[in-house]
Amino acid sequence: MKVPSDRKYSETHEWSLLDENVVTMGITQYAADELTDITYVDLPEVGSKVNVGDAVGEVESVKATSEIFSAVSGTVVAVNTALSDHPELVNDDAFEEGWMIKIKTEAVDPLKALMGAKEYASFVRNLG
Amino acid sequence: MAQSLKDPVELFDRPPERLYRSPGMTETLLKTPLYDIHVEMGARMVEFAGWLMPVQFAGIVEEHNHTRTACSVFDVSHMGRLRIMGDGVEEFLNRIYTRNLTGAEPGRSFYSHICREDGGILDDVIVSRFAGHWGIVCNASNRAKIIAWLQNHAAGKNINIVDETLATAMIACQGPRTLELAKELTGNDLSGLKRYHFTVRDIGPLQAVTYRSGYTGEDGLEVVLPAVLVKALIPRLFGTKESPHPVIKPAGLGARDTLRMEAAMPLYGHELTEDVDSLTAGQAWCVDLSKDFIGADSLRRLNERGLARKLVGLELEGRRIARQHFGVFRDGRAVGQVTSGTLSPTLGKSIAMAFVSAECSAEGTELHVEISGKQVPAKVVKLPFYKRPR
Repeated sequence: MKVPSDRKYSETHEWSLLDENVVTMGITQYAADELTDITYVDLPEVGSKVNVGDAVGEVESVKATSEIFSAVSGTVVAVNTALSDHPELVNDDAFEEGWMIKIKTEAVDPLKALMGAKEYASFVRNLG
Repeated sequence: MAQSLKDPVELFDRPPERLYRSPGMTETLLKTPLYDIHVEMGARMVEFAGWLMPVQFAGIVEEHNHTRTACSVFDVSHMGRLRIMGDGVEEFLNRIYTRNLTGAEPGRSFYSHICREDGGILDDVIVSRFAGHWGIVCNASNRAKIIAWLQNHAAGKNINIVDETLATAMIACQGPRTLELAKELTGNDLSGLKRYHFTVRDIGPLQAVTYRSGYTGEDGLEVVLPAVLVKALIPRLFGTKESPHPVIKPAGLGARDTLRMEAAMPLYGHELTEDVDSLTAGQAWCVDLSKDFIGADSLRRLNERGLARKLVGLELEGRRIARQHFGVFRDGRAVGQVTSGTLSPTLGKSIAMAFVSAECSAEGTELHVEISGKQVPAKVVKLPFYKRPR
């Protein structure tokens, strides 16, 4: 299992990728694998305002339901509409095709508090 | 999102037993005789009723679909296997079980409940009539409770209860191609073995028992064999990681759960609990109210009074899953609770079972299930959700 080093990670297994002032978020492949077959992804409305730590969506699998927490404060500018018909994209490709939300943020260095790839990988290894 | 994944960091595989450790879990987990094989086959292991069990191999949906179309092998060794013998054992068991076992021929199995005096369900079991004894297969979570229950009621009687769970393994081979593959592998044609019948085969001084039964809604066999024979037999069944059998594949508890839900088979802890009776749980067919057994009086009174709530099937709008304890509503009024639910891989629909007030239980009744604070429309449908083509 790979953890791409071009982005940052939260302890709740979301990844966040900063491009200019837009942060793209999804869940990690580790989280997708743990959830097993994902059957439904609930995402916020485009235009809604979110704060760091807000539950902005839900991921459901045959086994469990888990919430997605925003890593940044800002405005939702896009959601991955492909996931409504094909939630399995998250299992197939959590870091690319399975992206979930784009949030426009005014914050300076908005991902500062998050973990890097190495840190996240060792965080996961030490779970349990 | 088009850029490549630069210099990815490798996440090392962790030993499977470190996954899914439930909080505060301290007891030593039991391993079935198939444990090493599961790990080798890449299973994800979870804790279930004190056992380390495979929840999935290739994936729950893939294993589910494979069982509906071909043949899957499930390790069900965690289930309790008891041997009961002694004087007047049939009479003794008839007092314990809701099902009438009088005059049962050797080679027959029966699905039955065990109830408390007030009708609350202690367990649902398969009870089998062997030539010289009776066998019971009970739920893993209820094994200690059922042994204690039997021992208490056997007090003063010349009845012997032997727990054979750890000395044996139990595997369920399920799917439409099971009998054809069993014949190919063993040379035994079991097509003449009727459902809920079994056959005993001697292997030297040991014995293997093959039942025509299962918990998936498919045709299939369940085999109980001595634990010492597992490592020789299983690779012949589904091969190894390097050279897997092309058709027979291992499947885990995850698929077992979605399969049994589609077939509307109750699961202890969900549809069946000590707070529910067999009639309310929709299992009146396994209760003989004309005989004397523990709980019979309560069930007869309930039967005369009529049921206040019933177990129904629900089909929900959309893809969201109704899980255990989610509330069921009619016109905003709480009328019941979900017992299990899933997104049915076979039907592609969100399905659930629920206890609802009797007046809401008619087929076609429009209800709602509350999921994440939203009222999701649901309709009462006939059970089972899935019936295998014959």
